[in-house]
Amino acid sequence: MIDGPCTLQKGPAMPIAAEQNEKFAAYANPDRLVSTQWLADNLGTDGLVVVESDEDILLYETGHIPSAVKIDWHTDLNDPDTRDYVDGEGFAALLGSKGISRDTTVVLYGDKSNWWAAYALWVFTLFGHEDVRLLDGGRDKWIAEGRELTTEVPQPAPVDYPVIERHDAPIRAFLSDVLDHFGKPLVDVRSPEEYSGQRTTMPAYPEEGALRGGHIPTAASVPWARAAAEDGTFRTRDELEAIYLGEAGLQPGDDVVAYCRIGERSSHTWFVLKHLLGFDTVRNYDGSWTEWGNAVRVPIVKGDQPGQLPASAR
Amino acid sequence: MSASPQTIPAPLAEIIDDFQAVTEAERLQLLLEFSRELPELPERFAGHPELLEQVVECQSPLFLTLELGDDPDQDVQIYFSAPPEAPTTRGFASVLHEGLNGLPAQQILAVPDDIAEHLGLTRAITPLRIRGMSAMLFRIKRLISEARQLRAASA
Repeated sequence: MIDGPCTLQKGPAMPIAAEQNEKFAAYANPDRLVSTQWLADNLGTDGLVVVESDEDILLYETGHIPSAVKIDWHTDLNDPDTRDYVDGEGFAALLGSKGISRDTTVVLYGDKSNWWAAYALWVFTLFGHEDVRLLDGGRDKWIAEGRELTTEVPQPAPVDYPVIERHDAPIRAFLSDVLDHFGKPLVDVRSPEEYSGQRTTMPAYPEEGALRGGHIPTAASVPWARAAAEDGTFRTRDELEAIYLGEAGLQPGDDVVAYCRIGERSSHTWFVLKHLLGFDTVRNYDGSWTEWGNAVRVPIVKGDQPGQLPASAR
Repeated sequence: MSASPQTIPAPLAEIIDDFQAVTEAERLQLLLEFSRELPELPERFAGHPELLEQVVECQSPLFLTLELGDDPDQDVQIYFSAPPEAPTTRGFASVLHEGLNGLPAQQILAVPDDIAEHLGLTRAITPLRIRGMSAMLFRIKRLISEARQLRAASA
């Protein structure tokens, strides 16, 4: 694999030591996760910033982990006009305003088994932020354990975050990349109903935003939430291998593209494949079904089988 | 749906004015306050999820049901249920509750379908979620229309 500035190789010593435990040690990159207990023990440590990123834009305001700042995937990380992420200047301004500098250890957590927190982590990775970790089990586990919440919004002193040019290629796939990718594995992480192209449309229901239903030919169906246990934590390495290597048929070393509807759920799967199972080359196709299902003359397969490679790619 | 002209009932118009009068950040705060004011389900529904319909377009679980009389001018009672971990969904439900509950069916049917766009939150909140609020209104209108058709058929 190519060592670009954006790849998450172990760089210089991390400012805050990674958590050591048996479950994490089995993963490819154990330093990408922290447990709720570790976070509780390390809150307030210099060089650590906790960031909540939720699907529900108001959830943080109802109560959050003490000292945590909020980053909203929609208003903070996306460009308001172009369908793209913020640029280097926008990212620098955002992180600086949250008290995050380039060498800060960032722990992200959120609702829905870290679905959106994983998305934020993936965007941080586009900018090569070195030390960014997920709270295993996310917001729900913290709350389930009866840990402290506060509605007090911290006012971090702004710091300088350098303007870093976003480096998309290693972990982000565009539509043309997916067309070129045929013959290598694709993972569709949406629900089985979305994968098969079924629609349960009833009168007076709003439209879903994609003109065609189904999936990208040859994509394996592995709904994202299968990677999470009942308590929202990631499944163990053995369990994940049974799902992704066993059932979905991925081989170690495969070059993989994951997608969903807008790239959020597939960020969760990206994290699993990249950091927990250690696939070197995993890209998230963030255009996902809201692009593919509206694009002209791209091949689509309906039903519950992956389908054949399109003739043009054989 | 009703052929009557589209008008926003006074209580809902007042809420929209309140949203429009403040900045975007304050609108989110206002929506949060609404989410806290969504009334609990009455006892007769609380233990009976089967009496409520799920609005599947909402990203978070939202259930609703109506009580309506035979007369189109009679008041409609609207009941919502959404979990505390879905404050945005609760906020939208609460806006509709405070703006529409207890109004005659005719007036509810006349509410414009794009009402969610009037709150001035389309930049801060994703289109999918805004559609979730529209879906709540669609569902309320549909339940009213179905109940009326049923009654017309059995009359």
